[in-house]
Amino acid sequence: MKVAILKLRGILLTSIPIDMNDEDAMAFQADVLRMLSDTEATGLVIDITAMNVVDSYMARVINDTAVQAGMLGAQVVLCGMQPDVALTLIEMGRELIGVETALNLDQAFNRLETMIEEREA
Amino acid sequence: MTHKQIKLKQSSDIVAARQACREMARGLGFGSADQTRLATAVSELTRNAIQYAGEGVCVVTDESENETAVIRVVVEDHGPGIADVDKALELGFTTSGGLGAGLSGVRRLAHDFVLNSEPGHTIVQLKMLGKKR
Repeated sequence: MKVAILKLRGILLTSIPIDMNDEDAMAFQADVLRMLSDTEATGLVIDITAMNVVDSYMARVINDTAVQAGMLGAQVVLCGMQPDVALTLIEMGRELIGVETALNLDQAFNRLETMIEEREA
Repeated sequence: MTHKQIKLKQSSDIVAARQACREMARGLGFGSADQTRLATAVSELTRNAIQYAGEGVCVVTDESENETAVIRVVVEDHGPGIADVDKALELGFTTSGGLGAGLSGVRRLAHDFVLNSEPGHTIVQLKMLGKKR
């Protein structure tokens, strides 16, 4: 199952599906990086609205993807985390998500635009 | 007593196992936070079985009685086993390059966490308790 990655005004937008398995996750990571490199996008939004489980493996994939995207010069914002997922992640261990986060897509784009402006200033 | 067995062979079985647990939890009236805790714990345990043993089995049982809703999950494999169980339960300990939050995290998400491991057999059990609705 391929995850769609859309480009909107220099920003890549992707939404992780509910039942993503481990192989899909690795393919997703590679696709995002390839597309960042190909499109020269300066920002990446990872939406996880659909995910009702984020375990330590998926948390690591998300973190790694964000760090790798940063290495390619992109600013990254994660958005749409469900309240129950946030609760569970903190109960499991504090350091699970080390990415910039926003409540929803709207706020993620605002945040990302500010981050990109600050970087370019 | 409802009883469901999920064979663990590939990573899509992890998704199937946690969905089965979430469904049972929802059916028994557990709230969405507990459903998520249980599904996440099961996701960690079933992934460990596949990652370290290649395959395993996950059994979910409704053990509810009178006033209390109880779900028991057992994940079992015949892999190499965990050399140092105490160490494996420490936050930040990992042999796989992960975050080391898996097992230690699971223990904090569920009730009655029991882990027994020897070479050739690892069995992890946890329970989720709630008020019956």
